[in-house]
Amino acid sequence: MLINTIKIEDTFAEAFNMRGTRVIITAQNLKWAYHAANAMTGFATSVIGCGVEAGIERELAAEETPDGRPGVSILMFAMGSKVLMQQLESRMGQCVLTCPTAAAFAGIESEDRINLGKNLRFFGDGYQTSKLIANNKGRSKRYWRIPVMDGEFLCEETTGMVRAIGGGNFLILATSQPAALAAAEVAIEAMKQVPNVIMPFPGGVVRSGSKVGSKYKTMFASTNDAFCPTLKGATNTELSPEIESVMEIVIDGLSFEDIAKSMRLGIQAICNLGEKSGVKRISAGNYGGKLGPHHFKLHDIMSETAA
Amino acid sequence: MNALTFTLKKTLQHSINCAALTPNNLANKSITEIAVILLGYGKSQLRVDEVFEITGETSNACAQNICFKNTSNKLDYLGAHMTSGRIRIEGDAGAYLGYNLKQGEIHCQGSTQAFAACNMAGGLLEIDGDTGEFLGGASAGLRKGMRGGTVIVKGNAGDRVGDQMRRGLILIEGNVGDYCGSRMIAGTIGVLGDVGEYAGFNMKHGTLIFSKIPKLHATIQDCGTHTLPFLHLMFKSFAQFETKFANMQTQRVQRFVGDAACNGNGEILLLTPLQ
Repeated sequence: MLINTIKIEDTFAEAFNMRGTRVIITAQNLKWAYHAANAMTGFATSVIGCGVEAGIERELAAEETPDGRPGVSILMFAMGSKVLMQQLESRMGQCVLTCPTAAAFAGIESEDRINLGKNLRFFGDGYQTSKLIANNKGRSKRYWRIPVMDGEFLCEETTGMVRAIGGGNFLILATSQPAALAAAEVAIEAMKQVPNVIMPFPGGVVRSGSKVGSKYKTMFASTNDAFCPTLKGATNTELSPEIESVMEIVIDGLSFEDIAKSMRLGIQAICNLGEKSGVKRISAGNYGGKLGPHHFKLHDIMSETAA
Repeated sequence: MNALTFTLKKTLQHSINCAALTPNNLANKSITEIAVILLGYGKSQLRVDEVFEITGETSNACAQNICFKNTSNKLDYLGAHMTSGRIRIEGDAGAYLGYNLKQGEIHCQGSTQAFAACNMAGGLLEIDGDTGEFLGGASAGLRKGMRGGTVIVKGNAGDRVGDQMRRGLILIEGNVGDYCGSRMIAGTIGVLGDVGEYAGFNMKHGTLIFSKIPKLHATIQDCGTHTLPFLHLMFKSFAQFETKFANMQTQRVQRFVGDAACNGNGEILLLTPLQ
């Protein structure tokens, strides 16, 4: 498939089942909401080394948040509910509780609940108080008020946990490193408009795509040599001679449709740049289809027929 | 649809127990069956049709909306143990209105005697007039009062509002007597009018929101004036009710904590900070 001279390969991204949650962080202003959110989603690029994959989904205006202050919503994904709960609690404790004026609220409703402020409350050393407050649907939620040095830290007791998908991806193959990165940046800007997804790597882009296994026994993942341009002559390469750099965008989302939509918008944004962008091909990472149950076929996605 | 209506047709010498006349009790019953229900009246019992004229329909839908007319303050335990439906009282009610109310709505257009919302666990109780002592309190022998739900009083309330209250919300637009929130375990009480002495006496947890400073006793301690973000959430939740509390917006309050006499961590929030 060719879109505006850029080749879309007949391959697919292979993705996995994950557990996801959303947290709303608010603060006195957006600046401090971002401080809390950036800390909370820091070191959360890959479950391989970080436990969770997390990112800022979008900014929230004051009228969109529970406490009427500006904020951001965060999505967080893990391979299992236990890890997600552990990571959420420790990140809440170290990154949000500590951040001046920040408050945290559930961003998603589901039957499965995980702790947000339920255990953080013990930081209050007995001075913490809870409030059961009904929303406009008459459903009551419990909030914890923990006295801290800047006033009170307000935090909802739990947030929802849902089934999600992690590992949607595509690869940008370009004639130079600046060209590959510029195209990736354009794609990320387009993909940020899609709700329910995050691109967890730095700036949304990953340059160190990995393969399963390694020549070293202690490593269970190692560099994806087939896509490393400096190894073109030394390995079973996937790269043609003109390719000098490859960037990958990884997407985690709450549903297959959300990820497919974000991939479509990202790839389309790159294709809109045309031939002069230096991008030659769009590919995707997979493991032969044997590991992940979700396959994002690039041709189907770009034909808007992904199912 | 005609609501099932009970019109009081005799002057009562003393209180009568109306606990049986709730939507959940009367569902699937015919007028004849309802008429022979016995209501406790002092040492004796009276049939419902000896006390009330019964009109309206008894289909399940109609029985979910019960109306009491020509009422008096001798009608005790109206809406007791109710689990569904609505009761409208066009007049005064006796003691224990909404006793152990679990779900549903009760609207009393007059005033009530003591112990309204006693042991209440859920639902909505609205009183357009005044109410007596121990609103939202515990019945004799119990150590926990109101356990959930919302009570809105447009008039005044007597002493001991929310005594041993465990959970829930009481909003009073008028004045309250002494010992408001006494022995309170948790929950929220809001008062827009004057508050008597000893508010928060032996209070363990919970929140009293006042718009006028009462005379506080020595073991309630001033913690200064603060902006509390949770008030935005709480006041937003009031907006669903038809009450003056629905217009509250300020998050700036003077906070008092107590009762230190029992190592309590309850709070009194004064909406108009002291100058």
